Amino acid sequence: MSATLLFDHPGPRARRRVWLFNVIALVAAALLAAGCLYALHQRGQLAGELWRVVLDGDFLALIGDGLLATLKVAGLGMALSVLVGLALMAGLMSRRRWVRLPVRGWMEVFRGLPLLLMIFFVYLGAPALGFELSTFWSLVIGITLYNSAVLGEIFRAGVVSVHRGQREGGLAIGLTQAQVLRIVLLPQAVRRMLPVLVSQLVIILKETSLGFVIGYTELLREGRTAVEYLGGQYSIPVYTAMAVAYIALNLVLSGIAGWLERRLR
Amino acid sequence: MSAVLDNLPIYVTGLAWTLLLTLIAGSVSLLAGTLLAAARISPVPLLRAGGALYVHVLRNTPITIVFFFAAFVLPQLGISLSYFTFAVIALSLYYTAFFCEAVRAGINAVSPGQAEAARAIGLGFGQTLCHVILPQALRSVVPPLINVLIALIKSTAVASAFGVAELLSNAEALANAESNAVLWVLGATCLFYLLLTVPAGLLASYLEAKLVFNS
Repeated sequence: MSATLLFDHPGPRARRRVWLFNVIALVAAALLAAGCLYALHQRGQLAGELWRVVLDGDFLALIGDGLLATLKVAGLGMALSVLVGLALMAGLMSRRRWVRLPVRGWMEVFRGLPLLLMIFFVYLGAPALGFELSTFWSLVIGITLYNSAVLGEIFRAGVVSVHRGQREGGLAIGLTQAQVLRIVLLPQAVRRMLPVLVSQLVIILKETSLGFVIGYTELLREGRTAVEYLGGQYSIPVYTAMAVAYIALNLVLSGIAGWLERRLR
Repeated sequence: MSAVLDNLPIYVTGLAWTLLLTLIAGSVSLLAGTLLAAARISPVPLLRAGGALYVHVLRNTPITIVFFFAAFVLPQLGISLSYFTFAVIALSLYYTAFFCEAVRAGINAVSPGQAEAARAIGLGFGQTLCHVILPQALRSVVPPLINVLIALIKSTAVASAFGVAELLSNAEALANAESNAVLWVLGATCLFYLLLTVPAGLLASYLEAKLVFNS
């Protein structure tokens, strides 16, 4: 249902009312913005030198390093999550109960735990088992454990949504279960689940920022380091730059997905 | 094992704070999210645009950054509150966007004929929404809302990095204190989180199956 179904095409009176509400909303937004700017100005947060830092060469180099570290974790995390997610999905689709049930249990457990707890589990638990893991790998493994379970469920829903005639047709021409899944069902399912898949990939990109908690030097940690070095008064410009960087990255990811979706149609 | 049993009170206090955080942030963001959803479907273009902007910005920002703004930027502006309040602010700001989208999806799931009939008998936008659309949307919106709530429960763990002594934070302290029983301590923490998230998830899928069957 589109939004316009909730109200009629406005007549003269309704148009005046909409116009009035528009003005009220505009004035409220302007007042809010002015209030924020005034509060910032009062504390000297709008001074040019504070904001010029985001164009400073050293700062940009630091952010570049952070961005690269973020992208490394995100890329590896996404690839591993998709691979393990596909394996989990295959386990869920198995005809053998002793395969299906443990896989389902595994997925329920890992979808129900906070990602940060899993990252800690890997990071603090590995030494207890007698080996050391870097913060990078703790982050990647934590992200993979969590997101492969989520993706497995997304893949399963996608495959189940393909018309069952496709599966029966595949079996009828003599393909095995695994072949039907790989050659017939998955290619069709991918198109349908692309939007959900991409929003999950965006979530993975956002989750890499948790690396800051265990001390992996990604984008956010570099920003924090910059603020600790420059002083607290720089926190607004620096963190705003960080937020803009993440939003831009995610928009690029969503843009690629939109382009891919149009091509697949 | 004894490391867990001896420290059970620490877990329970942590769990209580996690629940409190979830309860307060959940109520605030459910309310704000519903209002935002109303703005996003209203006849007023500026309200629609503002709502869409808020949702897109917040959904593409990591929750850690939202916590940064609440915990490090607000003090810069002379606002000093407890760590717990900062965590509530950050979680509420972030989850308002997600509750808004869940409610909006529920509103979109109501059959268009309902809105058309309401308009045909002369109800305005506010009346259509409050008397006809929202009561029906509430039905199909409950399972997605529970799923957002589960995500919120899991996100409260991020507050442990910002000074709130909730479940994960207490568990981390315990893991450092009982360094020869790290796996036990963390495993028990998992159980406590699953105690919250698994029943909620089961409830969501039960309600979903029931609603699908009815319609």
